[in-house]
Amino acid sequence: MQSVNGLVGHGALLLALPFIALGIIAVPVAVNRGRRDWLEIGYGAVYANFALMSAAALAMISALVTHDFSVSYVAQVGSRETPLFYTIISLWGALEGSILFWAWVLSFYGMTVVALNKSRAGNLVPYAAMTLLCISLFFSILLVGPANPFHVVSPVPQNGPGPNPLLQNHILMAVHPPLLYLGYVGMSVPFAFAVGAVLSGEAENNDWIKVSRTWTMASWGFLSAAIIAGMWWSYEVLGWGGYWAWDPVENASFLPWLTATAFLHSAMVQERRGMLRVWNLNLVVGTFVLTILGTFLTRSGIISSVHAFTTGTIGYYFLAFITIVLVTGGVIVAGSSDKLRSKGKLDSAASRETVFLLNNLFLTAFMLTVLVGTLFPLVAEAMRGVKVSVGGPFFNRMSLPIIAALLFLMGVGPALPWKVASKAELRSKLIPPTAGALVLAAAALIAGIHDPYGILVFAFVGYAATANFREFSIGAAVRRRAHGESWPTAFLRLVEGNRRRYGGYIAHFGVFFVALGIAMSSTLRTEREATLQRGMTMQIAGRTLRLQDIWGREEPQRQVVGATLEIMNGNRVTGTLEPRMNFYRTQQEPVPTPDVRSGVLGDLYLNLMAFRPDGSNATIRAIYQPLVPWIWFGGGVVVFGAIVAGWPTARRRRVPAVVPVPAPPKPPAREPEYAA
Amino acid sequence: MNWRRAGIAAALVIPVVFVFSRGMKIDPREIPSPLPGNPAPPFALAVFAPGQPPLERPIGDTVRLADLRGRVVVLNFWASWCLACRDEHVGLTDVARGYAGKPVTFVGSLYQDTPGNGTQWIAEMGGQSYPSVNDPKARTAIDYGLYGVPETFFITAEGKIARKITGPAPPQVIRQIIDSLLTTTSSP
Repeated sequence: MQSVNGLVGHGALLLALPFIALGIIAVPVAVNRGRRDWLEIGYGAVYANFALMSAAALAMISALVTHDFSVSYVAQVGSRETPLFYTIISLWGALEGSILFWAWVLSFYGMTVVALNKSRAGNLVPYAAMTLLCISLFFSILLVGPANPFHVVSPVPQNGPGPNPLLQNHILMAVHPPLLYLGYVGMSVPFAFAVGAVLSGEAENNDWIKVSRTWTMASWGFLSAAIIAGMWWSYEVLGWGGYWAWDPVENASFLPWLTATAFLHSAMVQERRGMLRVWNLNLVVGTFVLTILGTFLTRSGIISSVHAFTTGTIGYYFLAFITIVLVTGGVIVAGSSDKLRSKGKLDSAASRETVFLLNNLFLTAFMLTVLVGTLFPLVAEAMRGVKVSVGGPFFNRMSLPIIAALLFLMGVGPALPWKVASKAELRSKLIPPTAGALVLAAAALIAGIHDPYGILVFAFVGYAATANFREFSIGAAVRRRAHGESWPTAFLRLVEGNRRRYGGYIAHFGVFFVALGIAMSSTLRTEREATLQRGMTMQIAGRTLRLQDIWGREEPQRQVVGATLEIMNGNRVTGTLEPRMNFYRTQQEPVPTPDVRSGVLGDLYLNLMAFRPDGSNATIRAIYQPLVPWIWFGGGVVVFGAIVAGWPTARRRRVPAVVPVPAPPKPPAREPEYAA
Repeated sequence: MNWRRAGIAAALVIPVVFVFSRGMKIDPREIPSPLPGNPAPPFALAVFAPGQPPLERPIGDTVRLADLRGRVVVLNFWASWCLACRDEHVGLTDVARGYAGKPVTFVGSLYQDTPGNGTQWIAEMGGQSYPSVNDPKARTAIDYGLYGVPETFFITAEGKIARKITGPAPPQVIRQIIDSLLTTTSSP
C-alpha cells in the first residue's frame, strides 16, 4: 500500500516526463513555424517541471520527517533516532535522494532562466530552455527508473538504519552539498546558452557570452563556496587534520571550477576584443561536461572514494548520457568553429589579454593535470587490468608550479591595460609590487618556511596582493581628487562604478588568503600523539594539554565517548577541548568528532584516537597548523567578490563614469557594464 | 556547420566511452577478503527466532560453531532495516529447506537490530525455515569483518571459511557453493 507521500512523489515524477517531452518538442515547432503559442507551451513545460519536481522533493522531505518507511528511500536512510535536522538533510545523503535534489535544482534553474530572459528577442532563450529540458529529461528518466526513491516497501519496516554516520555528524553537511549542487547544476545554464547560441545561429555575436558569464559567475560563486565548505567539513569531521586529499571526487568538484574560472577571465577578452570565441565555447561546454563527468564518477561506482555512493545499473544510464553530452559538445564546438574565427588580434605581448591568455593556459593545464591524475587509475585498469592509485605527491608536485605561476599572473594582469602597455606603464605598474613580494617572502622565512615553493607562494601573493591593492588605492585616490570624497566613499563609489572588475579583484584577495593558509598549514604543521591518564599532560607547539576527564554518554542514535583536555598556559587554564568518538548503531567503525580551537594565527586540533573501556587512559592526537582559518576566511572573501561582481545590476542605472587616469597617453580601458 | 570536423569530434568520444564502460565492469570495492581459506572465527550465539521444522532450534538455545564440525555452515548476516536482505530472504529460506537432512546448517545472525524487530520482520516476510541468532554488540560480525548486510559466509566441514558473498545471495549460487563443499567433504 502506497502512502500519501509515496503517491504524491511518485505521481509528480511520472507526470513530469510528458511535460518535459512536450516542452522539448514545442520549442523547435515554435521556432521553425514562428508559433508564439508553442513557445508558451515550451516555457509552460519548464514551469510545470519545476512545480512537479518541487512536489516530489517536498513529498520526500515529508516522508523523511514522518518516518514513512513505506517509501524505499526513507527505509534506506531514515531512522527514528536520527535528529530532525539530519533527517531533513538526508534528502541528499544517498544516491536516489541526491538525484531527486539535483533534478529539483535543475528545474529551478530552468524556471529562473526562462523567467529572467524570456523577453529577450531571438531564438537563443527558447533553445537554451529546450537544452535544459533535455538535461532534465535525463534526470527524470533516472528518477522513474533506476534511481526511483519512491518504491513501495512492503511489509513496512519498523525502523531504518539511519543516514551514513559521516553525514550526520556536522552542520556543514547541511551547507556543502546544496552549495555544490547549486554550483554544479548551475553550470548547465551556460552550456544551455552555448547550445542555444549554436542552434539559433547566434554564436557569432557576444550576447550569449554575456548571459553565460553572469550565470557562470553565480554558479562559480556557489561552487567556490561548496569546495571551501567541503574542505572545512573534511577538516572538522574526518579527524586527520587535513582539508584536501586529491580524492577523485574532490577533484571532480575542482575540475569544472578551474574551467569556469578560466571562462570568467577569457569571456572578458571576447567581450572587449572579439577574440577567443571558439575557446570560450570550448570552456563553457567543457565545464558542463566536467560536471557530468564528476557526477558520473560519484554516482556510477566506477571509482572508489569516500564520496562514492553504492549503485546498481544507474552507471550505465550515466554512461549513455555522458556519451550524448560529449558528442553534442564536440559537434557544436567543432562544427561551428569555422564561423567563430577571431575578429581581433593580439596587439602586444604586454597587454591584459596576453595575461588572460596565459591565465587560461595555466588553468587549463591545471585542469588537465588533475583530470589525468584522476582518470589514470581507471584507464590503467581498463587497459592493463592493474590497480594503480595516484596520490597526493603527484598532484602536489604537478600543481605547485602552476599555482605559483597563476598567483604571479594575478598580480600582473590587473596592472596591465588592454591592447598594449607602454614602457613607462610597465615600469610604474609592475615594479612597486615587488616590494610586497619581498616583504612576504621575508615573512615566510621568519615564520620558518624552508620549502622553496612555500616561499615562492608567499612572494607571489605579496606581489599580486600589492598590485591588486594598488588598483583600489590609485582609483580611489583619483576619485578623491576629482570629487573631494573621503577615502571610504571613494572606495565604495569606485567599486560601485565597475563592480565586475573590482569584484574580481576582491575575489583575488580571497584567493591570496587561501593560498597563504594552505602554504603555511601544509609546511609548518606539527603533530604529536600521546596516551594519557587523567591529570597527565602533553606538549604541542608551545602549549600544554592536560587530560582532565574521559567520559561516555548515551544519545538516541549513538553512543558518545569523549575526552576533556585543558589547554594550559603556565598554571592557568585558557580553554578546554573535547574530542569525541561516536558509535552508531549500524556502523562498526566509530566516527570521530575532532575538536578545534581556532585562532587568527592557527588551529589547535585534537582527535581522540583510542581509549580504554574502563576510562583509565586515552590516546590523543594533537595537531597544530598555522593559518588554517585563513582558508575559510579567504573562501568567504572569494564568494563575496563573486557576489559583488555578479549581483544583477538594475538596467540602465549607471554611476557617472569617473575613470582613474593614472598614465597617459592611453586611458586604461574601463569595462562596460552589462545588465544581467 | 562544419560536419567533417563535427564528425571527428564525435569519433574522439569513442575511446573515452570505451574506457568508462570497461571501468564499469570492475568493482573498485571488490577487495579480496583475507578470510577464505582461514579458520572461521568461533561463535556461540543464542537463538531468538526458532525457524521451522525440520530445521527448528528452540529459542534461547546456543548455536556454537565448534559443535558444527563435519557440517557445511551457511552463516547469513541480516537486519530488519536492511532492504537488500528482503531480496534474498525467500531464496535463502527455500534453499535451506531443500538441504534438510543433508550435513548443512543454515544460521541467520541478526546485525545491529533488536530480536523484537527481527521476529516481526520474519513473520511479515512469511517465515524463515532456519533459526536466527542474536549477535549482541555485533561481536561476531566484527570477527568476520562484515562489510555490510546482507553478507553470507560459507564454512567448510573442517571449520574453514570457503567463500563469502556480499550483498543479496542468489539461490543458484548458494546451491552451487554448498554442493561443491559437500562433494569435497564426502570424498576422502
